[in-house]
Amino acid sequence: MIAVGPLPSNTKDQSFVQIRKAGKTYRSKRGDVAALKDINLDIAMSEFVSVLGPSGCGKSTLLRCLAGLDHPTSGEILIGGQKVHSPPDGLGVVFQRDVLLEWRTVIENVLLPVEVNRMNRREWEPKALQLLDLLGLRGFEGRHPWELSGGMRQRVSICRALLMNPTLLLMDEPFGALDAMTRDDLNVELQRVWMADEKTVFFVTHSITEAIFLADRVVVMSPSPGQIADIIHVDLPRPRDLAIRETPEFGLLSRRARTLFQEMGVIRGGRGDKLRVAS
Amino acid sequence: MMQNIASNRPAMIAAVIVGFFLVWELACDLLHVPNYFLPPPSAIFKEFLTAPDWYLQQCLYTLLTTMLGFGAAFAVGLIAAIGITYSKILENTLYTLLVSLNSVPKIALAPLFIIWLGTGVNSKVAVSFLIALFSIVIDTVLGLRSADPDALDLLKTMHGSPMQALIKIRIPTALPHMFAGMKISISLALVGAIAGEFVASQEGLGWVILSAQGMFQTTRVFAAIILLGVMGTVLFFLVDIAERLVCPWHVSHRTAEAKAMAQAH
Repeated sequence: MIAVGPLPSNTKDQSFVQIRKAGKTYRSKRGDVAALKDINLDIAMSEFVSVLGPSGCGKSTLLRCLAGLDHPTSGEILIGGQKVHSPPDGLGVVFQRDVLLEWRTVIENVLLPVEVNRMNRREWEPKALQLLDLLGLRGFEGRHPWELSGGMRQRVSICRALLMNPTLLLMDEPFGALDAMTRDDLNVELQRVWMADEKTVFFVTHSITEAIFLADRVVVMSPSPGQIADIIHVDLPRPRDLAIRETPEFGLLSRRARTLFQEMGVIRGGRGDKLRVAS
Repeated sequence: MMQNIASNRPAMIAAVIVGFFLVWELACDLLHVPNYFLPPPSAIFKEFLTAPDWYLQQCLYTLLTTMLGFGAAFAVGLIAAIGITYSKILENTLYTLLVSLNSVPKIALAPLFIIWLGTGVNSKVAVSFLIALFSIVIDTVLGLRSADPDALDLLKTMHGSPMQALIKIRIPTALPHMFAGMKISISLALVGAIAGEFVASQEGLGWVILSAQGMFQTTRVFAAIILLGVMGTVLFFLVDIAERLVCPWHVSHRTAEAKAMAQAH
């Protein structure tokens, strides 16, 4: 039950994460609402997968199902060959909001998983400090969350997610609430952290640029019900710097994603649409 | 000079109180108000000096009643609030009952407690407890419920137990709410103690007021009232100090917000 170390790794032939015909239907008085339908997705060990879609496409629901916080109403999800019923071991989660506990200092927030698992805090403190250092927070370990900027707070929550060396990192629009520049900065940093020890990452976002910049594969989802519309392979060399976003190769990939959203009607202003200008 | 005093909060409070007593003193003097109607502060002070030990003893009796009532309300309130937060059944029964009970003026129950518990300290503590309980339960329930659902989910992904969720997330989140409830209920506990003493007592400041009133010793009534005022204020600020010590993150949040507001204006 202790969330340390790798998951049972009989995963040589099969993918690390297997989503099989997963569907999620919410029952309401006005009838059933399908949030997810027929999701089939395999994620290899150490793969960085971005899930891209508009709000309401069920991408966060899918993440919650992977985290064992929610359950598909049809199909199944396997992680490391085991069906997910409750939060699996070796999980790191970052939400859109940093969810730092205001009454704890930065280091105490990072060490929360150690404390919850009743392990020795002292043993893990060097690792926590090392992570804070890696994310540019050296010297801030004794501060409280309210003394930090939004970007720094989210860095702390990433440290917390990474502390116990998770095999699967789930990120639910982690940079969605940050300003554009901080977001760019954290994209570069996340890539650096990921390249240091390649974890399997499931990264949910609604930014086309962010999805392509970070991922090995971008899963494009369409709304109501949430379905996989396309999977885009990103073969751009790493480490990628921000300037890669202006290259023709990158442009081609993001155009492909944008075109999909235009076809779905999620984004207007395609060639066929008339641009409406507010007068 | 005025601005200096205005920015120094304790000095300002002291200045306002001293000013109030000065105006009172002068008004009694200039308008020739008789002592049995409204005694001047100087007469009240003299009255207090006639028997300081006796007044202190009455103060301590009322203080003891108040603290016992408040302490019991805090302990029972916290446990009840945790129960109500976690159990649907308790929410439907206990919580509903408490809300209905609260609409009954608790002071009206004081004579009943005399019948049930006698004229000793128990019946006063019971009134004090009952009147103080409600705001602690309501605010603690509110606080426990306002825990961040994302934080609770996060704890689940770390395989945290429900007990850990309570101790590490729910109670710290609830603390500022609990202190808001405690600030109200400490004053109410004092009201309850006095109400209990009004009904039947041989001791305490409530009894001093009631017995002095019967003999038209208005100065003595005022001496007891002023002691009650001091006691209430001290108790309130003790809770305030406890809040600053126990949840500094919240208080500093508040001052930071206040600073930001001040800058915006």
